[in-house]
Order: sequence, then structure tokens, then C-alpha cells
Amino acid sequence: MTAVATPFFFYFLSAIAVISALVMITKVNPVHSALALIVSLLACAGLYLMLYAPFMAAVQIVLYAGGILVMFLFVMMLVNIDDLYVEKMLNKQWIVGLVATAMLAVLILGGLFRGAKTLPQHIVNLPEQNNVQQIGLLLYGRDTGYYMFPFEIASILLLVAVVGAVVMAKRRV
Amino acid sequence: MFEIGTLHYLVVGGVLFLIGMVGVITRRNVVIIFMSIELMLSSVNLNLVAFSRLYGLHGQVFALFIAADAAAEAAVGLGILIAFFRNRATVNMDEVDLLKW
Repeated sequence: MTAVATPFFFYFLSAIAVISALVMITKVNPVHSALALIVSLLACAGLYLMLYAPFMAAVQIVLYAGGILVMFLFVMMLVNIDDLYVEKMLNKQWIVGLVATAMLAVLILGGLFRGAKTLPQHIVNLPEQNNVQQIGLLLYGRDTGYYMFPFEIASILLLVAVVGAVVMAKRRV
Repeated sequence: MFEIGTLHYLVVGGVLFLIGMVGVITRRNVVIIFMSIELMLSSVNLNLVAFSRLYGLHGQVFALFIAADAAAEAAVGLGILIAFFRNRATVNMDEVDLLKW
């Protein structure tokens, strides 16, 4: 089996992800930001495919891109686009925020580069053909279903979130 | 070109997280702040999937749970956004000052 995960595709996809994320936080118009975010999430899905996680790539495309499209509709409904070009884009404490983020960047990237030696050198050969079956066995299997209880908790969380969203969006409770 | 290891994916995830953090801290528009939070959650997913390459499939299952949490967070956040917009008729974050004095 020839390697799909070539360095060219990695740098290509990660450059698309980072550049479109930068475009997302610098655009004035939220509709443009939503489109840039979709591009960034699709590039992340491509990175998942390079990491031999096809199920997560499909979930990323369906769930995130669908959720972002819903958010896109809310943008078109709520925001008055013409006002945005007149008023300020950044809030008052943006310099302090940038300094704090730079300090966190030093922490995260320094920790990653200094701790890179402690990562395991060998790579687990993940099953590529039956990735979905393996994840399903981890979620639902009779002997290997380690995550059945967290899965049920997640379903209750989604139910509570939907009820909460309906309650808050109602005009009169 | 040298081989792509786990560290490369972790650095990309960290950079995306930091970009999302800049968006959350500096922007005024609530909708863009929500999008930045989604970007931060997605970068955490990228980290987990990169680690699942080293330690087995458990990381991908955790990434699945985080995707479900992101959906719940988007639903609740948009509900709060609608309630806030109905009360104040604005989507600017620095005008959320009801609890300040």
C-alpha cells in the first residue's frame, strides 16, 4: 500500500486551514467569516483523512458544516450588515488580549517542541478498512463497549441542550 | 522533505486554537465569537485524532464526543443570542453589561 499521507498534502491542507482561519477572524462581514470557517473545517477533515480517521472526517463534514450553515442563516437574519462597516470591529481590550494570546502561544508551542522527544516513536497501525466498525465496537460492543455509558450521557446532554435552546428562544416562558 | 510526524499535527492544532482564541478575545460581534469557539473545538479534535494515531482508536471516540458537545454548545449559544438580541437589539459583545455595575 503506497502512502497517501505525503508531506505535500499535509502542508497544503494545514496552510489552507490556518489561512482561512485567519481570514475568518479578520473579516468584517460575518457571512464571509462563515464561508472561511467552512473552508477551514473542510481542510481539517482532509487532515483527518490523512490520519486514517475516515469516520471522523465524515462527521466533521456533516456535523460541523451543517451546524455552520445553520449559523450562517442566523447571521443573515440577525445582523445588519451595513452598520458593521461603520462601527468598530475590535473591542477595547484587544491589545491586552493579543498579549495574553502571545504568552499562551509561547507556552503551548514551547511545551510541544520541548516535549516532542517524549512522544512514542512507533505508530499504531490503525485498521483503515473497518474504521467505522471498530469505533462502533468501542461504543456499543458487548465486551469492548467501554464508552456506552458516556454515549448515553451525551444523548442526555443533547436533549437538555435542545430543550434549553427552545426555552431561551421562546418569546414568553 | 522530511517525514510528517505527530508533532506537526499537534502544532497545526495549537495554531488553530490560538487563532480561535484571538477571535474570541478581540472581536465584538457575537456571531464571529461563536465561530471562533467552533474553530477552537475543532482544533482540539485534531489533537485527539493525531494522538489516536499513537495510542489506538480511543482518541477518535473522544473526538466524537467533543463533536456532540460542539453541537449542544452551538444550540444553546444561539438560543442565548436570540434572547439577547430580542432584549437589546444588538449583537455586540461589549454591550452585554447587565451584570456590571
